[in-house]
Amino acid sequence: MKQIIIGLVIAISSFSYGQDCSYIFLGELKDFHDGTPIESATIYQKESGKYAFSDLDGKFKIENLCPGTLTLTISHANCETKTVSFEINGDSFKTILMEHHIEELNEVSVTAHVDKKETKTAQETILKEQTLKKYSALSIGDALKEVAGVSSINTGSAIVKPMINGMHSSRLIMLNNNVRLQDQDWGIEHAPNMDVNAVSQISVIKGAGALAYGGDAIGGVVVANPERVFLKDTLFGTTTLSGQTNGRGYAFNTKLNKYTKKGWFASVQGSLKQNGDFEAPDYVLTNTGSNSKGLTFRAGKQTFESGFEVFYSYLNNEIGILKASHIGNIEDLVSAINSPEPLVIEDFSYDINAPKQEVTHQLAKAMYYKRFKNFGKVNLQYDYQNNQRYEYDIRVGDDRDTPALDLKLQTHTISSDIVLDAIKGYKLKFGIMGRYQDNFANPDTGIRRLIPDYDKYDFGIYTTAEHNLNAKMTLDFGLRYDYNRIDAKKYYITSRWEERGYDEDFSNSILEDLGTQLLVNPVFDYHNFSASAGFNYQLNEHNSFIGNYSLSSRPPNPSELFSDGLHHSAARIELGDLNLTKETSNRVSASYNHNSEQFNLTAEAFYNHINDYMYIEPTGIEQTIRGAFPVWEYLQTDAELYGIDLSANYNINEHFNFSNKSSYTVGNDIENDRPLINIPAFNTRSSITYTNDWKQFSASLTSDWTFEQTKYPDNNFETYIASTNETVLVDVSTPPSAYQLLNLYAEVTLETSDKTNLNIALSVNNLLDTNYRAYLNRLRYFADDLGRNIMLQLQFNY
Amino acid sequence: MKTIKFLFITVLSLSALTSCSSDDDTPQAVNEEEIITTVRLELTAASGDVVVLQSQDLDGDGPDAPVFSTEGTILADTEYTGDIQFLNELENPAEDITEEVLEEGVDHQVFYTFTTNNANSSVTYTDIDVDGNPIGLSTTFNSGATSTGNIVVVTLRHEPTKSADGVSTGDITNAGGATDANVTFTYDVN
Repeated sequence: MKQIIIGLVIAISSFSYGQDCSYIFLGELKDFHDGTPIESATIYQKESGKYAFSDLDGKFKIENLCPGTLTLTISHANCETKTVSFEINGDSFKTILMEHHIEELNEVSVTAHVDKKETKTAQETILKEQTLKKYSALSIGDALKEVAGVSSINTGSAIVKPMINGMHSSRLIMLNNNVRLQDQDWGIEHAPNMDVNAVSQISVIKGAGALAYGGDAIGGVVVANPERVFLKDTLFGTTTLSGQTNGRGYAFNTKLNKYTKKGWFASVQGSLKQNGDFEAPDYVLTNTGSNSKGLTFRAGKQTFESGFEVFYSYLNNEIGILKASHIGNIEDLVSAINSPEPLVIEDFSYDINAPKQEVTHQLAKAMYYKRFKNFGKVNLQYDYQNNQRYEYDIRVGDDRDTPALDLKLQTHTISSDIVLDAIKGYKLKFGIMGRYQDNFANPDTGIRRLIPDYDKYDFGIYTTAEHNLNAKMTLDFGLRYDYNRIDAKKYYITSRWEERGYDEDFSNSILEDLGTQLLVNPVFDYHNFSASAGFNYQLNEHNSFIGNYSLSSRPPNPSELFSDGLHHSAARIELGDLNLTKETSNRVSASYNHNSEQFNLTAEAFYNHINDYMYIEPTGIEQTIRGAFPVWEYLQTDAELYGIDLSANYNINEHFNFSNKSSYTVGNDIENDRPLINIPAFNTRSSITYTNDWKQFSASLTSDWTFEQTKYPDNNFETYIASTNETVLVDVSTPPSAYQLLNLYAEVTLETSDKTNLNIALSVNNLLDTNYRAYLNRLRYFADDLGRNIMLQLQFNY
Repeated sequence: MKTIKFLFITVLSLSALTSCSSDDDTPQAVNEEEIITTVRLELTAASGDVVVLQSQDLDGDGPDAPVFSTEGTILADTEYTGDIQFLNELENPAEDITEEVLEEGVDHQVFYTFTTNNANSSVTYTDIDVDGNPIGLSTTFNSGATSTGNIVVVTLRHEPTKSADGVSTGDITNAGGATDANVTFTYDVN
């Protein structure tokens, strides 16, 4: 830039000299990446105001030049416009490198309209800001349900874990601004620590095809990214304010972005959300209030050739858990299941009492990249995450305010990748990753640790290749190797250690014998290979097919290995197994996509075969002083999951649009010939939307219909209830009935000035105040789901 | 230059992190603080005779079932003073959780439910919390007629609804709350 300015100054000053103007300048335009000539570019000569064009070899000629400075502005449809200047004091020849990759350019250019997919042959759906803004007051798990085939497994309405094709928790990878979330994702009641307000685009990739992110995404990958950087001098922001009737909640979010033409950028975002007790149609759901605070900061410089970024995000969630779900033993569970209403119903309150959880997640990242001529792009990233989780149980005496669980998980990751795009038609990527993780379970809780202290080391190396066979066919391949080591230090109750048979298999790992407890040091090493291959065939302008195969494996997580103790909210003793091995998935998928002005259709089918699939199920009953508890053990089996997801959109006329998203998933335990637990039932969601140019008005009515899950394993068990001297059947398996919910959404956008506007949105969820319970809500034994909720949201864009 | 600087900082910070994480310290053992390992019902007759019914589970949530034991003989048609104790014997000396139950009397109640009552025994509460409702730590136990195989289930409930129907007279049916202890005592009356 400096050179250009100097050049311009010289150019201006050189005009005054009348000199010999007969020099010739020969130029050659080449692609920065692979050196191919760039034809039909426009070359504007600033000094004379004349134009020239590059020929088939990328060459052009400018004649009759005077000595002095020559300033050229070169533009091409697929390139970023470039201005260069040269000192002319004779005939000269120069090669000018142009940046010719439109998709690469998306990262730095203004053309944010082009969807940039993370993968070429995986089943990927993109959610954009326009969709995400509707979920400003909700969680990321709610927003992801916009994608056909994505559901969620909930603990109440505030703890929402995304589920892709029937898989969740450790089978999904969540990425926040290219950092893999490490937030104790093993537990069903551990929601992902990501603020939907802090991201601008989310890609949902079904299956393990995106190997760059990990080799263990048997279910899929969720990639959340912040805004793209704009290369212009601008400052803009968004402030959102919303209020809702159910839970008497409010949410506030504000975001400010500053960009410069030179590529500098900075943005800051903050959000606050609070709600009190939610309400089912007939009663208050006592102690379901929540409180959330989020902050993100991002700054850096992005140019085509190099750039860096620093990113920090803070998220604190305090979530109350339905008081009626706190139970002491199986007898309490039986009375809770049999009671049509929750056993504790109090007046509305904003107070959050035990049982509750408070989780703080902090993420810091630094990233640098540089592009090299005729080679490609090198990325380097370091990130650190700190996840502090407290869970409070109803306790007595001095321990009343002491958390029952206090875990701190810290993760450091260093990663690097190289994208090679110098060879025409090929795009190669190599990556390497090293990670260290430290989990600390604070003993001050006075309760035996649910998850032990451990150190975990991960190392991954991968390569992916993309090849454009011809204009219609793109192929991609990927290979990855991961090494994981878990080095844990855990106390076992001696009787449990022996009952599990560990005294035979793991006697070497005992460090210390405290009489009733043993300190052991189990160390596990896992080697995982994953692979993926796929094609994308563009039949014609409107129709395309995608096919993909992926192999992936997942080592057992700390919960599956080490769980050992009473899980209060579920009234069950959960036992991990040190003998578990990794599970291996083979997944094939095929998609058909039709795209025309009037009608869009995406049909995605998959079959996923998983060897040594890890799951938990009841295996017996144990007596304690609190009474009887069912024992749920982690086991392994061979499983298959298959299904189809449909997504269709039809423009009836200028104003009306009909859309449908449907998803059907089946999960089977092949070894035992029975269904898998917690597989979403058939769900179909239809919307009719009216839009009008007037104030960009739109209104839609959505029917969300979830069928009754008829395929479920029978995990019911019989137990003796001492107080009544009876043996009863505890029905923990039967799914609730089907339900249909109607939702209404309407919005207008008012232009408040040239550059500012106000978007007003009104939504009504569960319009008819329907009573329902969802199969995939763990609190379904205790209470109905949420009743009607009316929400008003104001979004001011400036 | 910037690149080198960046790399340098990254490597430096990473090495700093790994060096401070090499703490090979052994995690501290946790002795469960409020776990109840032992429920002890002590019955004292006017004569000074003492009978003890006890259920003890020293491995807590572990696989071993609670062990039931009896000391002394319950005599027919005798009025006993009943005192119940909840202990955590994993601590040394044993922690007496009964004190916490008493302190938070409004949030606790002990229920005595006869599921087999050939003797026609009965229990009546003799203590009250600050609201005037029974807690159930102190009781009067009437042994009833000579018989065998009587069963009384002792349940400690946390946050029961003491105002609910029948709860103050010892009927657990409408009590609600969460169970902290639930043990079964079998006894004979001689």
